[in-house]
Formats: sequence, structure tokens, C-alpha cells
Amino acid sequence: MPIIQEKDQEKVRSRLESLSGPVTVVNFTQSFECDFCRETRQLVEEVSVLSDKIKVEVYDFAEDRDVVEKYKIDKIPATVVVGEKDYGIRFCGIPSGYEFVSLLQAVEMVSRGDSGLLQESRDLLAQLKKPVHLQVFVTPT
Amino acid sequence: MHLAHQFAMESDLVTADMVEATEFPQLATRYDIRGVPRTIANDIPVVDGAMPEPYFLEEILKKLAKEEEA
Repeated sequence: MPIIQEKDQEKVRSRLESLSGPVTVVNFTQSFECDFCRETRQLVEEVSVLSDKIKVEVYDFAEDRDVVEKYKIDKIPATVVVGEKDYGIRFCGIPSGYEFVSLLQAVEMVSRGDSGLLQESRDLLAQLKKPVHLQVFVTPT
Repeated sequence: MHLAHQFAMESDLVTADMVEATEFPQLATRYDIRGVPRTIANDIPVVDGAMPEPYFLEEILKKLAKEEEA
């Protein structure tokens, strides 16, 4: 049974038509002991089908340790949205409900290759000297 | 949420995770997540709720700087 309802598939497909650069959605999963792994993998695969600019790579958290280490994944399900490079954009848990929009926005932004931020934000960020790891906690809507 | 990802895109020093709280209860407890969205920066709670772009970034940087001085 699809997660993205048929009536929504068309909407998502046409929204993704504007994608320019290719996007890779890297999904980390496991076959057991992971509540939402299956649904998350299914969701990202359904999204990738709706655009020829998106491809999905699925890795096993236990088996594919080199990739897990490359992306520094410490919990699953995890999804990384990659464009020309890994910009540090991650989803931990299933990006459903309102966060599905965040997933589409991440894909669009990465495809575009530009953050879309105000110049003042860019200037502030350019002054950073140390790494900043942001975690935004959300709940499923 | 997307705003945090925009910061990650813009800066090589920033990474941003959306974390679905009900799937990671230990993390939710660790950071005392009661209302969402709650934004944590380098393990410190920095913003509760949503904020417009300039305030959000300022608030994060302010709280991180304060933490450094402490």
C-alpha cells in the first residue's frame, strides 16, 4: 500500500518538475528492531519515483558500516539529502506529516544548489569558527 | 525545520538533523522535549518554537557564545 496517496502523487510529481540538479537520497535502515525503518525507506523510494532527478541509495545500518561512518549516522531510520556533496542535511525518523514538506524543501534546495538564505544570514554563518550541530525535534502530525 | 537545513546547506561547519521525537524517546528525555519544535545546538537547547530567519540564527549564535563563556 503506498504511503503517498494517489491524489498526492501527482501534486508531488509536478512540484518536483522544477528540480534542476540531481539529488541522491541516502537512506539508512535495518531489517529488524527499527520501528519506522520500513516505512521511511518506502516513503523515500516513493518520492524518488516521482522525479527522474532523484535517486535513492539504501544502506543497512549493521552491514554497511563504511557508509554509516562516512555519513556519521548514529541512529536509524536516517535519511541524508545529498546534492553535489553532503551538506549535512539529515532526517532522523520518518519525515511524515508536516515534515514531508521539509523533505521536499530539502530536495528542492539541494537540487538548486543554494540555501536561499538572506545575505545577512550568509554573512553571519561565514563568521563561524567552530562546527555547529543542530537538532530540531518535531512530532509526527 | 527547513531553516535549520538551510543553515547546513550554507555553511560547511553546520549540520542539521530533523529528529522525530516519538521515535527517539531517550533523546527526547535527554533534551527535555515537551513542546515542539525544539532546536538543540551542540547539545544545548537554544530555541523553542519557530522563529523568523534572522532571529533564529541570532538566537542560536548568542546562546552558543554564552555557553562558551560559561
